[in-house]
Amino acid sequence: MAQPAAGQPAHLKHYFVSSDQQFDAAKMGMWLFLITEILLFSGMFVAYTVYRVWHPEVFEAASDLLDWKLGGINTLVLLGSSFTVAYGIQRIQRGDRKGLIINLLLTLLCAAIFMGIKYVEYSGKFEAGIFPGGNFAPVGDYHGHDMANYADILFLPQFFSIYFVMTGIHGFHVLVGMGVFTWLVIRSFKGDFSPEYYTPIELTGLYWHLVDIIWIFLFPLLYLI
Amino acid sequence: MHASSAAAPAVHYLNNEKTIRSWLTTVDHKRIGMMYLVAVSLAFLAGGILALLVRTELAAPGETIMGPDAYNQTFTLHAVLMVFAFIIPAIPAVMGNFVLPIQLGAKDVAFPRLNLASFYIYLIGAVIALTAVVVGRVDGGWTFYAPYSTSVGNGILFITMGVFVMGFSSILTGLNFIVTVHKMRAPGLTWTRLPLFVWSIYATSIVQVLATPVIGITMLLLFLEKLLGIGIFDPALGGDPVLFQHFFWFYSHPAVYIMILPAFGVISDLMGTFSRNRVQGYKFVALSSVAIAFLGFLVWGHHMFVSGQSAVSSIVFSLITYLIGIPTGVKVINWVLTMYRGSVWLQTPMLYALMFLITFSIGGFTGIMLGVLAIDVHLHDTYFVVAHFHYVMMGGNVIAALGGLHYWWPKMTGKMYNETAGRIAAALVFIGFNLTFFPQFIMGSRGMPRRYYDYLPEFEIYHQLSTMGSYILGIGLFMILGYLLVSLFKGRVAPANPWGALTLEWTHTTTPPDPHNFHHTPVVTRGPYDYHLAPELFADGHSGDGANVSPESVHRSPSEA
Ligand SMILES: [Cu+2]
Repeated sequence: MAQPAAGQPAHLKHYFVSSDQQFDAAKMGMWLFLITEILLFSGMFVAYTVYRVWHPEVFEAASDLLDWKLGGINTLVLLGSSFTVAYGIQRIQRGDRKGLIINLLLTLLCAAIFMGIKYVEYSGKFEAGIFPGGNFAPVGDYHGHDMANYADILFLPQFFSIYFVMTGIHGFHVLVGMGVFTWLVIRSFKGDFSPEYYTPIELTGLYWHLVDIIWIFLFPLLYLI
Repeated sequence: MHASSAAAPAVHYLNNEKTIRSWLTTVDHKRIGMMYLVAVSLAFLAGGILALLVRTELAAPGETIMGPDAYNQTFTLHAVLMVFAFIIPAIPAVMGNFVLPIQLGAKDVAFPRLNLASFYIYLIGAVIALTAVVVGRVDGGWTFYAPYSTSVGNGILFITMGVFVMGFSSILTGLNFIVTVHKMRAPGLTWTRLPLFVWSIYATSIVQVLATPVIGITMLLLFLEKLLGIGIFDPALGGDPVLFQHFFWFYSHPAVYIMILPAFGVISDLMGTFSRNRVQGYKFVALSSVAIAFLGFLVWGHHMFVSGQSAVSSIVFSLITYLIGIPTGVKVINWVLTMYRGSVWLQTPMLYALMFLITFSIGGFTGIMLGVLAIDVHLHDTYFVVAHFHYVMMGGNVIAALGGLHYWWPKMTGKMYNETAGRIAAALVFIGFNLTFFPQFIMGSRGMPRRYYDYLPEFEIYHQLSTMGSYILGIGLFMILGYLLVSLFKGRVAPANPWGALTLEWTHTTTPPDPHNFHHTPVVTRGPYDYHLAPELFADGHSGDGANVSPESVHRSPSEA
């Protein structure tokens, strides 16, 4: 493969004419990818809407079993992480590599807290026999709710199918994001980024904002109403 | 033709690196296209053999070579392989990858490594789907209607996961092409100078990016339904099987356009090149692809007229379905007009283009018939539907793919195939195809249901004709495989521009192309079919057969000519 010609920046791929063209292409590709992500989730939002319209009382009863405080904390944590990403980008634009690394690490920390709280929520439900769909088998007491009261509500397990699938796929996206941020931290330490070239951080930031926005829809739909 | 004087360049994309490893790790769009060619051809071979087994079973009433269970598995696998592993990637991933960047005057696609990743994702998906054969018991056709599909064996787990994974490949390829078309065009290559092949791949890519995520989540939900019993589509748990059908067809109707739009692009290029004429109504042909892409998202309910959706939505879906006939008709009429005003050169690729006009038009018209609410209620789930979609998918996509393959084969391999053999095979394919599927229209309209492994004696003659046709078709296709492989070793060396075409892959690259496509980025000064502006190729403008092909014009920008 051809090496970049003399005088061209190292990040410029040989099949692009200029850094601008390369950056525009990357950004457009990322936006298209985000559209596909939205469409992926839209299928699940449609399923949620249809079944909520059909069984509103079931959804209300079931959402009592979700802890809005934990969900709320997670919302704040994710919002905070969106801020740290954006601030990190601003730091590298000003040439502050240390500031970038600190903000990326803070983002990773927020993501880890989010997943930790998810773990607490999931494991508590599993102990009370709250599984999706056909495996739903409520036992004992869950956060002051006598699970026996929930055993016979028709279609109640379906709410938890939707809950686990939607938050599960969202959680998977958070994990992917954590992987990418780790890679970005390593590259930052190597000095790959500069005010002239920080495309991967900007694009990952876009992805992370989308993950955040999807949670902002999931939280009220599942926990609050 | 000046083929005898042609000589392949010393270094080209096939010989610049020779190791297997250099192929498996390549990021060259041309090599990736060739790897796709091998992969989808294998899928087509496997799917085709399964189809011949299906037709053989149906050669006589009752059990012929397999029982009902084996029959269900055979046609299901045939369908899944053909749709997801062959037709959807066939033209975009093979010819799109090979030709599109060159037609744009670019050195590669916008994201070459992503392109290679798409290929491996496709392979992994295909392998996962094929694992279902070992695990056994896949049933229910390629539509996977719940809850039936999740009530039979575990094979469905692998099929859905395989389709889910192959979907990512399709999304990433589409995304790559959209960005490439937007950002990588050569200087002077305006949107109205794009070859129509580029336009149609662009429209296809939009559909791939917008529709495929929906089948992705649907397959994932079906997978979880089988694995964990989540019950999203299971009525026993409050789920709705009709919701599955909505999700499925929201992708799978647009998927029909993922299959047919690239075919339109190939046919447009063939019509222009072999008619020595501008493709008439260029802007209409180009924009009708985009119109079809968008309208295609609004008609999925025409697959569900008898599944209990409301009468009002059925009527609306039916009406919008008719609308799609308009942009499609615009294309067909302009192609005919292109030939009428041009001088037609009947080489093998053009034979396929002519076949396409006939077979696709039959497929399209019967599609509008099926979109008529009252008729569909009677024809639903009969062989009429089977015949219709084979006329579109095979008579449309596969015929166009064969035309494109014959057209670009010299550019891809640097060798010419035997023209006589090409014409004979084309005739066999045409006769075999029509004999296979036309009788299915008749038996379908007389009530023969699809997917049955047995039938009443009154349908025997149609089934026998159909089976005979499928053998002729098979012979024709194997013949193509044979002479194309022979051409690799014994074929004449192809000149840079054997067809006298005007798009950049013919006028500005060697045959086979340089590893980086162009030594200098071309500057485009004319449209893709402006034969009257190309005196270096045709001194008299419309010379038709025996075009004065001048390989020395390669590397010379048109303005110098
Ligand atoms: Cu349709």
